[in-house]
Amino acid sequence: MKFDDVLCPFCGCLCDDITVTAEGGRVTGVDNTCLLGTSKFLGDNRLKNPIMRTDDGWKDVTYDEAIASTLDALLEADRPLLYGWSGTHGEAQCIGVHMAELLGAVIDNTSSVCHGPSILAIQEVGHPGCTLGQVKNRADVIIYWGCNPTEAHPRHMSRYTTYADGYFLDNAFRDRTVIVVDVRRTETAELADVFVEIKPGGDYAVLSALRAMVRGRDEMIPDSIAGVSKEQLRHIVEICKNAKFCAVFFGVGLTMTRGKYKNVRNAIELVDELSRHTKATITPMRGHFNVYGSNEVNTWMSGYPYAIDFCRGIAFYNPGETTAVDILARKECDAALIVASDPAAHLPSKCIRHLANIPVVQIDPYPNMTTAFCNLQIPVAVSGIDAEGTAYRMDGVPIRLRKVLETEYPTDTMLLGRIYEAMMEVRGR
Amino acid sequence: MSELLVKNAYVIDPVNGINGEVMDIAIRDQWIVEEVGSGAMVIDAKGQLTLPGGIDSHTHICGTKVNFGRYMSPEDMRAGRMPRRGSMHATSGYSVPTTYGNTYRYSTMGYTTLLEGAMAPLEARHTHEEFTHTPLQDTMANTLFDGNWAIMEAVRDGDMRRVAAITAWTLSAVKGFAIKLTNPGGTEAWGWGEDVTCIHDQIPHFEVTPAEIITAMITANEMLNLPHSVHLHCNNLGKPGNYTCTLDTFDLARDLNKNRQTLYATHVQFHSYGGSSWKDICSKSEEITRSLNSKPHIVFDMGQVLFGRTTTMTADGPMEFNLYRLHHNKWSNHDVELETGAGIIPVLYRRSNLVNSIMWAIGLELALLTDDPWQCCLSTDSPNGAPFVRYPEIIAMLMSRRYREEEMSSVHPGTEHRVPLPAIDRELDWEEIAIMTRAAQAKALGLIDIGKGHLAPGAEADIAIYPIQIRDVDPSVDYMKVKEAFATTAYTIKRGRVVARQGDCVVDGINSTIWVDPQVPPEYDISNDPEFVKKFDRYYTVRMRNYPVQDVYLERQVCLRPEVSL
Repeated sequence: MKFDDVLCPFCGCLCDDITVTAEGGRVTGVDNTCLLGTSKFLGDNRLKNPIMRTDDGWKDVTYDEAIASTLDALLEADRPLLYGWSGTHGEAQCIGVHMAELLGAVIDNTSSVCHGPSILAIQEVGHPGCTLGQVKNRADVIIYWGCNPTEAHPRHMSRYTTYADGYFLDNAFRDRTVIVVDVRRTETAELADVFVEIKPGGDYAVLSALRAMVRGRDEMIPDSIAGVSKEQLRHIVEICKNAKFCAVFFGVGLTMTRGKYKNVRNAIELVDELSRHTKATITPMRGHFNVYGSNEVNTWMSGYPYAIDFCRGIAFYNPGETTAVDILARKECDAALIVASDPAAHLPSKCIRHLANIPVVQIDPYPNMTTAFCNLQIPVAVSGIDAEGTAYRMDGVPIRLRKVLETEYPTDTMLLGRIYEAMMEVRGR
Repeated sequence: MSELLVKNAYVIDPVNGINGEVMDIAIRDQWIVEEVGSGAMVIDAKGQLTLPGGIDSHTHICGTKVNFGRYMSPEDMRAGRMPRRGSMHATSGYSVPTTYGNTYRYSTMGYTTLLEGAMAPLEARHTHEEFTHTPLQDTMANTLFDGNWAIMEAVRDGDMRRVAAITAWTLSAVKGFAIKLTNPGGTEAWGWGEDVTCIHDQIPHFEVTPAEIITAMITANEMLNLPHSVHLHCNNLGKPGNYTCTLDTFDLARDLNKNRQTLYATHVQFHSYGGSSWKDICSKSEEITRSLNSKPHIVFDMGQVLFGRTTTMTADGPMEFNLYRLHHNKWSNHDVELETGAGIIPVLYRRSNLVNSIMWAIGLELALLTDDPWQCCLSTDSPNGAPFVRYPEIIAMLMSRRYREEEMSSVHPGTEHRVPLPAIDRELDWEEIAIMTRAAQAKALGLIDIGKGHLAPGAEADIAIYPIQIRDVDPSVDYMKVKEAFATTAYTIKRGRVVARQGDCVVDGINSTIWVDPQVPPEYDISNDPEFVKKFDRYYTVRMRNYPVQDVYLERQVCLRPEVSL
């Protein structure tokens, strides 16, 4: 069977023009996907049933047993952590927040280790942004800063920027100027009209220089900043100020390098400065297909995008204290539920060592690095392949994930819903 | 079947002409009925003031920009936190509460129906998701058409049927309730960092003017026979001297509907400024209300400002940027492809600030100088003028000249020379307040026929019982009692069930979303129009198939299906 206009549940581009062919309970072909999307759709190797670690290795258990065991682990804990959430749909994320509230747990998502600093910067200075279609239809200058869409968001340039058809552009590709700023010449840099190579750790200084120059304070800028010549900076400022619409995109090259949220704040303030001369916008290149949805859900449910601690009954937010990394590094956490992410692949080793010493339940369709130390893994349907639900694109546009396979697996919503119901029985109202 | 009898209620029900009668209200399931059996549960209202459930006809509670207001403002979230308690979830936020914060606070104030003021069609799913987590009120969404490319092109071509067809398809696809125009044309211009100054400016590239958009949408609204009228946020918000633009805009509306207004002008306070700069800004509420008093076919809401911290949020992106350049606080903006925009900044309205003091006075003046309370809905454009939890202060000020004078004595001393407020004696009575907080809204939104805003048999059993014996209270003196009473109900009844009691919400609830699906004949179904489909495919970044909001997002719904005349 063929399905058109399917959403790709891989990255924050959330492409919704995929054609999927499914036969005999599996995806047999995909069109329009990038390599990353193809591997997700065609990926096999799912866990068949819940597995529990015993002294003699893994033991198959039923879903009922797995739910009972999850309940025990979470209800017995003093400082439970509910982590992940970026790879599932919004309806499941909502249950996660209710669960955290009932347990007095900490709930955090993968923003902690990707765009958490962007959120901190936005909380200081705001976020002049737009939907990706604004960029596609209008932008004549595109800046990719500290990100490499060619490899991490492979269809970003063809769907939304460089190569995309734009209403106000006669020849989109020729009419757009693409600037890439990075510490190395990436594949994306090869496609740029202007490549700016910054010495590692120099982003903050270069952004500051650009801001000063947009303000007309050229005279205070030295001949070279972090390996970038003043001449090139002047060239960039000219391009931006003369643009009709200048769209900046940034990635973890800005958020996770020296300066972190200060870098992002500076980038936002550059866009703010440019807004006094022309139209300018900035957009974080979000990784997981629904990491932004997790931020959105957490926010309307609890008031905060990530790192929410319910241990006092109220929602308490203090990144650096209530972020998963910190709770684990301080060895506070005494049980963890991991949903739809693979912390073993992303968290610092100190945190992973602590996770290995406490009860960990993982809800995920596939064996992954976290499987290596979790005590229980419960497979579920894959959001966007055999489970429906809501996902938020990197620009905040919500789209409903389609379902192309029938499945015996419970969805995240069903499984978490059962766990939550059972928790309500015990903890009551 | 469940039955409930509210006894000894002191009822004001303006829709049915009841102004202060002690009576019993019989309820079966979700409806008010003539009588119930002897086994019905009884609530003794003990002669306390009993009104139909409150209706807010313009508030920002759910959706992309509301949530961004929360996202960017942990300082606001910290200012309103409550732990989980009974059947109430934990809440955060003061000016932009979490969805549960909104629903609990509105419910304990006796509100049972809310209209979200602005929903971008492309992001409608987000609004509906948040509605689901706003369980104690029925909800509906104004749908933004101010910068809609397909509509502007149809207006330019003078094709009114096409305007109506696009509007109908969009409302139905995104499960919206009404047509909202926010700074029409201005949001599209803002896509280039520009704006329009008033209704006769040309919108870049599209060769139409705001006046043409407004007029066309009013016509389309009547062709589609929608329950509500066009809901308009005028151009040029918040600028000194903008009242002339507002008056010109009002002149565009003709009386086209015998059941309700043909134009709803929102947060008119922000559009009633005289002067030529911030230095000589003054109130033009007298000119504005003179126009409104002669145009019964326009209904408006106040957009009252109250002093203190809040968050401003609107689809009017260019206005927010201008405001940001005055406040230098923090600024978010979110333009939406082919449709509209949005901007958000936190603000602090100060008594010591002359402009803020003038704004405060204008809102009250608009309500006090409008002859017919059915034309004036009480609002703060929450949270833009102030968070909705402060409505009781407004009620008390409208009912008490003394309270106003007391407030006036603490605002910027220059205010009294710029505003007519000190000379206004009028004090509104209980019935007028009942009209301005529920009955007028029900009429303006076209909801009376589905049982909203009144208490006659056949109405939906949405009832607010306030802890006040109004025969013992003189509101012009006891204004603090008035304020207290409207802050927390003795009982709020929603759909025939007690949902809140003395400040506590006692059930989980499920909201109902009210939306419209105009019955357009197949030949006008724009989703079959090759030109429309081609442009959609080329310029949106979401496929047309993935655009409509699926039924699954509305757990309960009331779909209105007006017959259209194309």
